[in-house]
Amino acid sequence: MSDFVSDFWNLYVIVIVVASILACAVLLIVQGKATFTPGKTMGHVWDETLEEYNNPMPKWWSWLFVITVIFALVYLALYPGLGNFKGMLGWTAVGQHKTEVEKMDATVKPLFDKYMAMDLKAVAGDKQAMEMGKRLYLTYCMQCHGADARGAKGFPNLADSDWLYGGEPEQLKETINNGRMGMMPPHAHLGADTIKDLANFVRSLSGLPNDSVRAGKGKEAFASSGCIGCHGPDGKGMQALGAPNLTDKVWLYGSSEATITETITNGRQNKMPAWKEFLGDAKIHLLSAYVLSLSQGTK
Amino acid sequence: MSGTQTTYNDKVVRQFAVMTVIWGIVGMLVGVIIAAQLVWPELNIGPWLHFGRLRPLHTNAVIFAFGGCALFATSYWCVQRTSHARLWGGPLVPFTFWGWQIIILLAAITLPLGITSGKEYAELEWPIDILITLVWVSYALVFFGTIAKRTVSHIYVANWFFGAFIIAVALLHLVNSAAVPVSLTKSYSAYSGVQDAMIQWWYGHNAVGFFLTAGFLGMMYYFVPKQAGRPVYSYRLSVVHFWALIFTYMWAGPHHLHYTALPDWTQSVGMVFSLILLAPSWGGMINGIMTLSGAWHKLRDDPVLKFLITSLSFYGMSTFEGPMMSIKTVNALSHYTDWTVGHVHSGALGWVAMVSIGSIYYLLPRLFGKQEMFSTKLVTVHFWIATIGTVLYIASMWIAGVMQGLMWRAVNTDGTLAYSFVESVKGSYPFWAIRWLGGVLFLTGMLIMAYNMFKTIAGSKVKDVPVVVPAAHHA
Repeated sequence: MSDFVSDFWNLYVIVIVVASILACAVLLIVQGKATFTPGKTMGHVWDETLEEYNNPMPKWWSWLFVITVIFALVYLALYPGLGNFKGMLGWTAVGQHKTEVEKMDATVKPLFDKYMAMDLKAVAGDKQAMEMGKRLYLTYCMQCHGADARGAKGFPNLADSDWLYGGEPEQLKETINNGRMGMMPPHAHLGADTIKDLANFVRSLSGLPNDSVRAGKGKEAFASSGCIGCHGPDGKGMQALGAPNLTDKVWLYGSSEATITETITNGRQNKMPAWKEFLGDAKIHLLSAYVLSLSQGTK
Repeated sequence: MSGTQTTYNDKVVRQFAVMTVIWGIVGMLVGVIIAAQLVWPELNIGPWLHFGRLRPLHTNAVIFAFGGCALFATSYWCVQRTSHARLWGGPLVPFTFWGWQIIILLAAITLPLGITSGKEYAELEWPIDILITLVWVSYALVFFGTIAKRTVSHIYVANWFFGAFIIAVALLHLVNSAAVPVSLTKSYSAYSGVQDAMIQWWYGHNAVGFFLTAGFLGMMYYFVPKQAGRPVYSYRLSVVHFWALIFTYMWAGPHHLHYTALPDWTQSVGMVFSLILLAPSWGGMINGIMTLSGAWHKLRDDPVLKFLITSLSFYGMSTFEGPMMSIKTVNALSHYTDWTVGHVHSGALGWVAMVSIGSIYYLLPRLFGKQEMFSTKLVTVHFWIATIGTVLYIASMWIAGVMQGLMWRAVNTDGTLAYSFVESVKGSYPFWAIRWLGGVLFLTGMLIMAYNMFKTIAGSKVKDVPVVVPAAHHA
């Protein structure tokens, strides 16, 4: 595809680039023909002492200049540079990248094919596969989930056995392939008092210190305000929706009354990006197995 | 106005010379702080003192405050002496000084507040950009007005470079800072996408080429022959390298965008012109260093000359390194690494700062009616501390940069990356510590300079110097 809206710009670029390179050579040649009187000054004096010798330019310097000009012309004959002219070598940056990727893909294909043929649990038990999985994890996943996979506020811990969307091999793979959209709706309409009751109830579910009177009122509100729709009547969550289990002492955003109040009031939105197109099946297979192996280690 | 009784306007030169040292300390102190933040991340305190906000403050302070004041001081001194005329422009002259100081203060306030246009080396928002334009146009009027009323027929070579620097920076600033304001403190670039990137780096590279190269070559062409007491080595070389340099620099910007969305042809053109730039750049180094031929012994006990000649050596080194780094295959390794940071600082510390420091040391006693600096010994101490600091800085950044580049591209036989990014960060720590130490040394040198400067100024009697009558033409 051409970068130019019309052929005029193609010619414009070619003419100006070539003329400019040649102009450098012409400048050097014309000025080199001046009459020199080595060791003698030009005859002008400024500020009492400033003078200039009429020495010629050093030969080696002139040659250095000429060589770079010749290099420029040769380079632009070989590589793209003169407008639409593609260069005699047909090189492009995109082409170079493609060639390198294809070459690497061809080299590692047998290895990845071998693991693709194994089920995830078997891959998770393969030492070499898990070394590869770890390196892939450190390249693509650690920015959010951390180098130790223990996550951070808003980013799930992958090294425990708690799963928002399920920890079965196929569920893990689905999460990485297509991503997940986490959505806790805001409940500010319930009013600050009810929200405080709810926060105390939620804390009571995992045995955290709470105001038992408020927790009692919160329990009723939990049932009547729609919380059970996602988190279930017992607060154990629902993996199909990614609704967290509130009873397991694992907190994505924090367990303080203030944080829980914030979560209920303003809701939370979260996103795990989809990696299918970027990473492809083979790498995702290894990554899924690696994540599986992380949680298996904790059991 | 003409006649032997006219005096030079040295007041503005004194003002800019003193502020060069002050802003040098401020800018380099911020540099030392952000270098420390990379080694000890806990030093990122609050949003205002965070690396992301202090880094543009550092670059603006050293380039435009320190470098800018040095250029104003030396160009105003040089253009008067070599035109044999007092500065033209009346009230425009103090306006350039006070206007420039206000711009610097505004930068020091707005950048930590996070007010930025997001364009590297052009971060200041539109109201400040307008003030810069006003000051810069006044600067051009003063400079070229003085050239116009010169009492010698030929224009001295230093003024070609100062003149090119003033005109080109005006052009660069106006084009790159074009923006649509949405409020007093926020604007959006007039360009978008890859065109915006190209214009930004056309600006960025020519800020290096004209602000940090042409301007300081002007400085070099006055102070090196003056301090060496020798004629410039070759007039013809200065003609060729001047025109080739200012012409070729304009093309080199695309090498900042290798392997990006910028079309291949633009990248190639940028690369070949960057290579052609090697000889024109070296022309300045040759002319400066060869000016000393026959007077090499002066280097032994003249620390000012030491600063000037060492600056030319660093200039030669970094202008060799630059074209090499513009080659696509080299750039594929060096880009986005600390190698670039090292390259910039071999130019910034080794060349720009050293030639400025040498020139200011030349000026200070003359500006304040003294025979010499309060302590020549301290100038020598400053020279060695600055040189060691520079070498530590650039050597550590070379090693860190090449290491980062190699780690990022290392691939295992199974196709996975051999190192995660954070491993390259970990590997860089010792070199970041050495870099910080290099910066501390360089800053220490500036503090010594400030002490020496105030001691030199103390008790001085400033008197106006009459304009020198030009020597008779004796061709």
